Amino acid sequence: MFGILRTLWLTFLHMGHRRVTVGYPETRPALPPRYRGRIILSRDPDGLERCVACNLCAVACPVDCISLQKAEQDGRWYPEYFRINFSRCIFCGFCEEACPTYAIQLTPDFEMSEYVRPNLVYEKEDLLISGTGKYPDYSFYRVSGVEIPGKDKGEAEREQPPVDVRSLLP
Amino acid sequence: MATIHIDGRPFPARPGENLLQACLEAGADLPYFCWHPELGSVGACRQCAVRQYSGPDDRTGRIVMACMTPVTDGAILSIDDAEAREFRASVVEWLMTNHPHDCPVCAEGGECHLQDMTVMTGHAVRRYRFTKRTHRNQDLGPFVNHEMNRCIACYRCVRFYRDYAGGEDLAAFATHNDVYFGRHADGALENGFSGNLVEICPTGVFTDKPFSAVYSRKWDLRGAPSVCTHCAVGCNTIVNARQDTTRRVLNRYHDAVNRYFLCDRGRFGHGFIAAPSRLRAPLARIDGRPTPVPVQDALRRFQMMAQDGPVVGIGSTRASLESNFALRTLAGPARFSTGMAEPEHGLTRLVADLLRTTPARNPTLHEMESADAVLILGENVTVTAPRAGLALRQAVRQATFDIADAARIPRWMDAAVRTLGSEARSPLFIATPGPTDLDPIARATSRAAPDDIARLGFAIAHSLDPTAPEVADLPEDAARLAADIAATLRAAARPLIVAGTQYGTAALPQAAAAIATALAAHGVDAALSLVLPDCDSMGLALMDGLSLDAVRALARDGGIGTLVVMENDLSRRLDPAALDALLAAVPHLVVIDHTATPLSARADLILPSATFAECGGTLVSTEGRAQRFLQVLFPDLPLQAGWRWARDLAQAADPGKAPDWQDLDDIIAAIAAATPSLAPIGRAAPDAAYRLDGARLRSEPPRISGRTAVRANISVRDRPPPAAPDTPLAPTMEGAYGPATPGALVPYYQAPGWNSVQSLNRFQQEIGGPMRGGDAGVRLLDGDGTPRPRPAYATAIPAPFAPRAGEILLLPEPRLFGTEELSSLSPPVAARVEAAALRIADDSGTAPTIALRLDGQSVVLPVIRDPALPPGIALCPPHMALRAFTAPAWAIVQPDGGDAP
Amino acid sequence: MTPPPLVVIAATLVVLLGLATMLTWVERRLLGLWQDRYGPNRVGPGGLFQAVADGIKILFKQDWIPPFADRPVFVLAPAIGMMTVLLAFGVIPVTALWSIAGDLNVGLLFVFATMGLGVYSVVLAGWASNSKYALLGGMRAAAQMISYEVFMGLSTLGVVMTTGSFSLRDIVQAQAGLWFVIPQCLGFVVFLMAGIAETHRLPFDLPEGENELGAGFHTEYSGMKFGMFFLSEYAGIVLVSALVTTLYLGGWQGPVLPPALWFAAKTGALVCLFILLRAALPRPRYDQLMALGWKILLPLSLLNIVATGAVLLLRAPG
Repeated sequence: MFGILRTLWLTFLHMGHRRVTVGYPETRPALPPRYRGRIILSRDPDGLERCVACNLCAVACPVDCISLQKAEQDGRWYPEYFRINFSRCIFCGFCEEACPTYAIQLTPDFEMSEYVRPNLVYEKEDLLISGTGKYPDYSFYRVSGVEIPGKDKGEAEREQPPVDVRSLLP
Repeated sequence: MATIHIDGRPFPARPGENLLQACLEAGADLPYFCWHPELGSVGACRQCAVRQYSGPDDRTGRIVMACMTPVTDGAILSIDDAEAREFRASVVEWLMTNHPHDCPVCAEGGECHLQDMTVMTGHAVRRYRFTKRTHRNQDLGPFVNHEMNRCIACYRCVRFYRDYAGGEDLAAFATHNDVYFGRHADGALENGFSGNLVEICPTGVFTDKPFSAVYSRKWDLRGAPSVCTHCAVGCNTIVNARQDTTRRVLNRYHDAVNRYFLCDRGRFGHGFIAAPSRLRAPLARIDGRPTPVPVQDALRRFQMMAQDGPVVGIGSTRASLESNFALRTLAGPARFSTGMAEPEHGLTRLVADLLRTTPARNPTLHEMESADAVLILGENVTVTAPRAGLALRQAVRQATFDIADAARIPRWMDAAVRTLGSEARSPLFIATPGPTDLDPIARATSRAAPDDIARLGFAIAHSLDPTAPEVADLPEDAARLAADIAATLRAAARPLIVAGTQYGTAALPQAAAAIATALAAHGVDAALSLVLPDCDSMGLALMDGLSLDAVRALARDGGIGTLVVMENDLSRRLDPAALDALLAAVPHLVVIDHTATPLSARADLILPSATFAECGGTLVSTEGRAQRFLQVLFPDLPLQAGWRWARDLAQAADPGKAPDWQDLDDIIAAIAAATPSLAPIGRAAPDAAYRLDGARLRSEPPRISGRTAVRANISVRDRPPPAAPDTPLAPTMEGAYGPATPGALVPYYQAPGWNSVQSLNRFQQEIGGPMRGGDAGVRLLDGDGTPRPRPAYATAIPAPFAPRAGEILLLPEPRLFGTEELSSLSPPVAARVEAAALRIADDSGTAPTIALRLDGQSVVLPVIRDPALPPGIALCPPHMALRAFTAPAWAIVQPDGGDAP
Repeated sequence: MTPPPLVVIAATLVVLLGLATMLTWVERRLLGLWQDRYGPNRVGPGGLFQAVADGIKILFKQDWIPPFADRPVFVLAPAIGMMTVLLAFGVIPVTALWSIAGDLNVGLLFVFATMGLGVYSVVLAGWASNSKYALLGGMRAAAQMISYEVFMGLSTLGVVMTTGSFSLRDIVQAQAGLWFVIPQCLGFVVFLMAGIAETHRLPFDLPEGENELGAGFHTEYSGMKFGMFFLSEYAGIVLVSALVTTLYLGGWQGPVLPPALWFAAKTGALVCLFILLRAALPRPRYDQLMALGWKILLPLSLLNIVATGAVLLLRAPG
């Protein structure tokens, strides 16, 4: 009984407390860089698309709002199309966590309201930025063992030159 | 049944098998790599380590490789043992030291056995900090991608490719850590079963190249059980589709038919579905040009045509039973043709009759694998029924197994059994005009003209049973061979005679049946397998109809007002003059087909039908097994199943008498009611009302992605799933799924912890045995089980073949790639098609080409000279040079032919 | 001069409904205040027109009746709720001279009678929705409201005994010296809690119980029919506050200010208390709610009657 009255009193006292919310848009909140807002696709340090169309973001997405199709050029995988339906997105960030190449990243921009739903469907051209985003140094193909133009077999990190399969030397 | 104790719990186990199989059958999660149910154990990967105790008092036990340890009654083992687990974890860690960091760009990802096993053993963090060895890849042709960095050296690829499928151009190179699996140089894999490497390889070394071009992860692919349409064997397949396109074809296990493997034609032949030659709208000939018209308009046009005289229907051996039956209903049984010209028409019926009356077993493919003496009588099985050819290759191993059994070595102990029996082969006799892929493992081959082969066959029958007619004037060497073969077959426990219709000669299947009958008269458990050319040839033989020659006669007499052709390219069946005459005598030509053909180009009305991926239906394999294929794609009108078009045409022509089939089950019931020989086809697969655990089966994996985005570029509105009245599979991820799924309805294989095709183990009653949910298909030719009366021997023994001067007997010699109609339209298969060439006996000429005249057509063909061929004949790939050529014909050799370009 | 009855009715409707509508805004602003945030502050000055915006929105929403619902009852239920609350207002004395429908000698009984009818609204809504959450909500509401009605009536008996009249005006006038909240403190507490339960306001809003029943009895309602439930709930708050004011806080009585203002101020303060309860207290379990009613409040109210009776008897002359 006393507890209830105390609760009422304490709640009543909150009348004099400072508000924790801000009056957006007059006051703009300071968002941390890892805020989960608009999703982008980044590029690797060489300026090429980081996304390798592995489909892990799509499968991690709890609302199934990411769809893409793999295409391939000279051993590099890339998405033929990459579509995010932001009218379904819940900004949970699972896609960013699932991404093995740091390609898909969430940014502190959340001001993306539209009057027409189709305008919330972002294609690859809308998603792709020209920078590396939060991870400036990582390049998937420098680590992975596949061969791409400019990086032959055995030239990735921690790789030996290709084996001469006709040699029986130990 | 023995009992084994796994971690304290008793499980039943078959005494003949190994502990790995027993553990998997018990539902335990025991990782493995090098073992494969069809290839046996070699104990190479050391992954399936368990601790085995010698008895209840043994507290120490010892680590054994489960795949190399036979089941003994009362065996006590522990999978969960700490040391065994550590052992397995360290083996995986060791295998992974050189594995490249490329799962995101690997087509195996998501259905990778290596991923599953790595997760299963708990290896999550790489401790290896040194450099990784790398390998260069090879271009292995249009079917298979090669990425050797991913290899874990389990040896399954070469064991399948060389030991099982008889390929020679894939081998292991180098030593120790550097072992490399590839060809001696870049180039297409020659073996016709190379596509199975994709499923055999536990990781991403060999991946599906055509699939890679339209790649989707396994979790995004809708699947549907299907039946291969590229030959008459009727291999079970799974068709995968996403976003309204088919993506790939996978093997679907059927323990009696194709089991674990498909041929490359079946695996890569589905490309015709998306080929530019697909028909997608009704076309009417307006001002001489085919013009797209609405469906109603097309049907109205047919209504007008139908008033101009009787409607005659021509069915097809590549259309489903349902489409053929609907056409038969439209035209009436007396005006329905099977779409086959003589001699194929008569031969197909003969084969059905022989399989029904001969007192010998009509073997399944799996039974063919265990035949201990095989005679192939005038059929190049490796190209007309490739998967059956692979089964015959296994039959040759029976002798090996006998030796292994005598030495008390279990048959699954693969390396030991193969070493022990490396010189022993079961007898395989091949009598064909030309060389076949099985020749190297045959005990004896005989090159002869089809008539002479038939004579050899009759001579064998006579040698076995003197009441069989005697062959007059048999050469002495043939007589000796006949006696030898007869004695071998007589001595065998399960002899098998294989013949077919390839050479258009009734004498060959008759001779084969005579041998089987003669063997059966001796009480030998003989088997007779007869090969038909097309996926529904047997269905049409059981349905009955006119031959194309009868249709031509009808047309000549002015008895046809409208000709409706169902999925049949008559230009492949009638030579140009005959086809011109037929079409000239017919006022209206309606073609229902999914693919544009030379015939459809001449039609007055073209109606686009659905391919096997877009509709459901039933096909009857050459074994007489009716099997259902179900739709994976749900196209909008005007694309619809051939039988729906025939139904709509019937309603347009005469609404009063037209059938009222609404879904597949309606028409299947109508077929069963109208055709006694096809009555059981309803049992080929569960009908659309089937429910598992009270729900429809799902055809999409539960974690399918992008549902709210995949069509968002067209519309952000949600679309209801397509209506699917013809299939028990819901076209969504909602529904039941599990190991009890009927074999005829499996849309994909997946089990908890097992995402690769290896999860199939969970769906089988026992490893390599029938499906838990029951097998697919129903056999139609077995009769009621009563012993068959001994039929009279055929007496029409052909005369010996006599070469003619200036002429040559052209024999059809199909190829694995290029002669089958639909697969040739698939880009990867088309890339493997070699130019047509004529194989002739050595005529001591040197010209690189030869000119022939056949039925008024002239053709110039490159020549392959083969001294082993009997003189006076030539082997010509049908449909490639002379489009309509399918049966033996005498062609005039033009003397100046060699000079022509 | 007495205005014609129709004008009185119309004016009462407008004023009460307007009050209830504005109360939605007041509640949200106060909740914001007590929860360190703003609350609606965009529409009009200080968000004042938020209620108008909500009203317009709710009026223009699709008036959806589920195909599985019992249509006539479904439509009737919210109307009953609104009607009973409005009827009860008729006898509340705003000043010594004026109440909407005049003074009734059984005013308190009339109020209880109409409020008792309010149960029908909730039960019928739950029943007619033909959905399990709505039905569960309706059942809870029935049990809760019928139970609490008992103590509500019993708790006021002390006041009636002291006054010797059921007329609300008499009751207020009897408080000229001392407000009944002092002598009838026990009755006051019981009545207040019963009033909260009767209007199924937090913390006693189990019939709606969002986190377990969706929205309880009005799960299937939308548009203005939902709006009527909403408004009748707020009108119910005002009604219970006005009743408490009348019964225990001396009604219109007070120094300096005009009586009507006193009445409004007391009622308003009680409304704010209702909102503070919502801001501060968690919801009890359903069995706890029923146990509180039958095991604590019922004995307390009986005790109150006995004590009041004893005091009256002792004080009675002769």
